[in-house]
Amino acid sequence: MGNVIALDGILGLGELKTAVDAPQSAASGCSSSSCGSSDGPADMAPDVWEKVKNHPCYSEEAHHYFARMHVAVAPACNIQCNYCNRKYDCSNESRPGVVSEKLTPDQALRKVLAVAQEIPQLSVIGIAGPGDSLAAGGKNSFATFEALAKHAPDLKLCISTNGLALPDHVERLKNYNVDHVTITINMVDPEVGERIYPWIFYDHRRWTGRDAAKILHERQMLGLEMLTSAGILAKINSVMIPGINDEHLKDVNKAVKSRGAFLHNIMPLISDPAHGTHFGLTGQRGPTAQELKLLQDECEGGAKLMRHCRQCRADAVGLLGEDRGAEFTTEKIEALELKFDDSVRREYREHVESERAERHRSKAAAQAEVQEVVGDDVAPILIAVATKGGERINEHFGHAKEFQIYEVGVHGAKFVGHRRVEEYCEGGEGNDDALDVVLAAINDCAAVFVAKIGGCPKKSLEAAGIEPVDRFAFEYIEESALTYFKDYAERLAQGTATSRSGHDAVIRPAMRA
Amino acid sequence: MAYKIKASDCTACGACEAECPNIAISFKKGTYVIDPAKCTECEGHFKSPQCAAVCPADCCVPA
Repeated sequence: MGNVIALDGILGLGELKTAVDAPQSAASGCSSSSCGSSDGPADMAPDVWEKVKNHPCYSEEAHHYFARMHVAVAPACNIQCNYCNRKYDCSNESRPGVVSEKLTPDQALRKVLAVAQEIPQLSVIGIAGPGDSLAAGGKNSFATFEALAKHAPDLKLCISTNGLALPDHVERLKNYNVDHVTITINMVDPEVGERIYPWIFYDHRRWTGRDAAKILHERQMLGLEMLTSAGILAKINSVMIPGINDEHLKDVNKAVKSRGAFLHNIMPLISDPAHGTHFGLTGQRGPTAQELKLLQDECEGGAKLMRHCRQCRADAVGLLGEDRGAEFTTEKIEALELKFDDSVRREYREHVESERAERHRSKAAAQAEVQEVVGDDVAPILIAVATKGGERINEHFGHAKEFQIYEVGVHGAKFVGHRRVEEYCEGGEGNDDALDVVLAAINDCAAVFVAKIGGCPKKSLEAAGIEPVDRFAFEYIEESALTYFKDYAERLAQGTATSRSGHDAVIRPAMRA
Repeated sequence: MAYKIKASDCTACGACEAECPNIAISFKKGTYVIDPAKCTECEGHFKSPQCAAVCPADCCVPA
């Protein structure tokens, strides 16, 4: 239970003041191009907002408040990707396709009910493999959905797939009220695809090379179009592989937008020889933080980008920044007495709902004030934030397992990503000095917001040119970031602050707690 | 005229079981096994043995 965001960390905080008290009339709302996936109800159709507002993977706002859970019921796959080796399951590792325990649909139901009892923030149950959720006829996935629809109808169901089998199952997904589907699309050109996929299994045979990539591409596009016409929200995941599809992902962004994708999530390749993947063994590198951000920025204006993805394991449990999966082993769940009571979950959702409008107003007011005071010539800065959720700066610097990164400028504060800071797992051993890891991970940030910080790391951060800031402890992130930016602009004008443009940072995969 | 599964390489994903036209594959003691009495190497059904074509670990081989 240690690092879980306690319900009382979010509930009962009404006494905390809003950072800025600007008149409401100044609130102009945010343009969808600057907010990305943090769009609010003003930026989308009411029926779409209703579908995403409590879904941590589809709404940036929701990811501060709601938890998801993956059930690993689908181990079989129908394609091979060069970044995947499902034989490898380091218990300390967190990345897609990796799982510790495979579940039967019955076990999955028990696990969901057990987790729902413990974590009232739970709003979404997803199936993300560890293979492909729709391979092998999708038998286990659909059996799981059937059980969940019966015993926990308040939980949203979603699924993630490579798309090869998707066109065969859209009708059925619709019947189970699945209204979120994620397709991993890494290319729209078979020439690019053949460097990512060595083979696929389709129509009773194994296809290789360009033929394989062509079939996969056509099935993905068809599946996406079918989802769009069925009114199912589609999120597209793309793995950014430098030198192979990095530039090409701009074309992917356009192609999926034109076919109705709701969100585009560009994720960095996770690659290490120890994983035994083709890319790991051939030394294919992943992108740096700034390379990833630059590509995401260049895709703005196309399909909306999602930047809060944590690339979780196929059996992840909890808020997006955490994984409590290890607490819920099959053994423990078998021993639990299960309840079907959903009243605490409902109460929690009602609370978040009641605070929502005030949160939107407060953010817009803070943004309006900055726009009024700060000149257009001040370039945006990045701020790293230590948070346990609830949109607040509520984590101690030394306890943070990740930092959320906000870009703040005259046009507002927006969440642009997260940086993990756990030591990287290499066969169970990490040898980097923990503080150096943090410095490398947030090296492109001007400041780091924390609830508390010790004297020693404070000095190191200052020496590295990153300002440690604890004066906004337990306040809301966006409002604090905007207040900080206002001061920063003033100091810049006086020559007492310097810009950090040109600095880059390192992307690290997570280690399981 | 039958295939077998190399248990040491099997990831127990079950992809083979779903493709077998003869229902010759089942899960036993932590791994999948092929019943040689039922396996026809997919002759009469498909051009190539389906288990071998779909297996991500390439562990379905001639017995």
